[in-house]
Amino acid sequence: MKLLASRTFFQGILITNAFLVLLPVFFLFNSSLRESNEFARTPFALARNPFWENYRRVWSEGEFGSYFFNSLIITGGSLVLVLILSLGAGFVLGRYSFKGNSLVFGFILTGMLVPAKLAILPLFIQLKWMNLLDSRLGLILVYTSAALPAAVFIMSGFFKSLPSDLDNAARIDGASELTMLRKVMVPLVRPGMAIVGIYSAIPIWNDFFLPLVFLQSPEKKTLMQGLTVFFGQYASQWGVLFAGLCLAALPLIVLYLVLSEQFIKGLTAGAVKG
Amino acid sequence: MSSALKRDQHKAIGALLTPALIIIIVFTTIPALTTLSYAFFGWEGFQRTTYVGFENFQSLFQYPYFDQFKAALKHNTIAFVVIMTFQTSIGLLLAYAMFRVKRGLRFYRVVVFLPVIFSLVVVGYLWQALLDPYYGPINQILTGIGLPEFAKPWLGDTATALPSLMFINLWRWVGFPAIVFLAGLNAINQEFLEAARIDGASEGQIFRKVIFPLLAPSLTIITVLTFIGAYEWFDLPFVLGGSNGSPAGSTDTLALMFYRLSFGSIDSGANNVGVGSALGVLIFTLVGLGAALGSNLLRRREVEQ
Repeated sequence: MKLLASRTFFQGILITNAFLVLLPVFFLFNSSLRESNEFARTPFALARNPFWENYRRVWSEGEFGSYFFNSLIITGGSLVLVLILSLGAGFVLGRYSFKGNSLVFGFILTGMLVPAKLAILPLFIQLKWMNLLDSRLGLILVYTSAALPAAVFIMSGFFKSLPSDLDNAARIDGASELTMLRKVMVPLVRPGMAIVGIYSAIPIWNDFFLPLVFLQSPEKKTLMQGLTVFFGQYASQWGVLFAGLCLAALPLIVLYLVLSEQFIKGLTAGAVKG
Repeated sequence: MSSALKRDQHKAIGALLTPALIIIIVFTTIPALTTLSYAFFGWEGFQRTTYVGFENFQSLFQYPYFDQFKAALKHNTIAFVVIMTFQTSIGLLLAYAMFRVKRGLRFYRVVVFLPVIFSLVVVGYLWQALLDPYYGPINQILTGIGLPEFAKPWLGDTATALPSLMFINLWRWVGFPAIVFLAGLNAINQEFLEAARIDGASEGQIFRKVIFPLLAPSLTIITVLTFIGAYEWFDLPFVLGGSNGSPAGSTDTLALMFYRLSFGSIDSGANNVGVGSALGVLIFTLVGLGAALGSNLLRRREVEQ
């Protein structure tokens, strides 16, 4: 009886929480499908006849499409670099015993302690000097550098956990180190790559601070940075604004729903990296 | 190990490790070390002038910076205490609830964590709309249920702006401690709980005497991360209050002040890279020392399973 009561109590807490989380999200989506002045009159009404025009306007008017494209390029480019580099470094640090291994590993980990924001000024001046200011490539390199330490940490853990006979079996078959990494190891550490990919993609896609500081040309702006411009342009055109927010959040929501297990694992793995 | 293999491995180490190291050194290590040096120089715009010793640090404790610094530090400290208290205990409650229920667990886990993947830009604007004084549903609900005196311009009033920001922060982040605590709960050896139950302990006693002490490692992580997050609080205050911490500086934080000093702002005009870097070094020292000290103290009360 008591057990049943406490089960009900905990169910109640979780259901309440689900409402508090989902209602604002539903409100956002619902309002994105309503005409702006209709929304202003009755903010709560359901969008019975979805007004998709908001989405068409977001996409075709203004720079939204280009913001979206830039975010894809920057997030995608950083992800590819982070994955390739962390595979290589994680493999070497996780599987070779050589002098200086733990020193290099320790050095890479210190990268996790440096808050990128506080090094923003020297980075700004350095990028200017390297001709990488106001450049997507510059941003990709900075994001890669920020994501790499945690990525190497996670990947090396995955490589360490593979059985040690694996290398020798491949070597006896005459495979070079690189072939072995590519053909034998990489397929086995796919789960690790999923975690690294997710763990790196969220903060990069969501970030607005670095683009705000490093990108000035309107045609290079990212989605999150562009939303601030967009909110100025469409002030009080609620329907369009909400449609913009939905589109900006959509890619990660889809990814999250498809890969929620890895998402949750990845973020806790990131949290307990210390 | 054969020498051919050794040579092959050496080549692999060089080829696979060097690119990652170069990127980290160039884009993280060097800028981090340079910040330190910037704080000891005079600056005109982004041009370095002469060595000035600790002058930039002293400026932070003088007019006009000291008042901003004190106010910002106060807001960061309030944010840490409030977020630590509410976000952590609600997160723990949600985690424990998920630990206890069987039905719907997968659904709850996905939902609890959902807001954490949202950009703070999206979260900020969504809540700006929800809290809008005229069209916002929150005020309409309050008026609707007969409490019109509680309907406020939440983000526009100096008394409610900071609490509103902390609430929005809670909405966005609470899933994070919840998932970390849930991972901690699942790592607890079930035999301890069984043994306590057989001894006739109530669920409340089990939580206090067995579960909570064993959750200490998760609590350490959450405390340290909350501390770092609170003293580097930037995104949400920036999206909702701009770089000046509107309204009237009531949501100003150390990181916003750092941003204004680094890049200038509409109100306070030109930037001051020297004083900005000094503030940056100070924030980093504060956060680093606090996190190190905190995790040391907290680790001491962690128990072995």
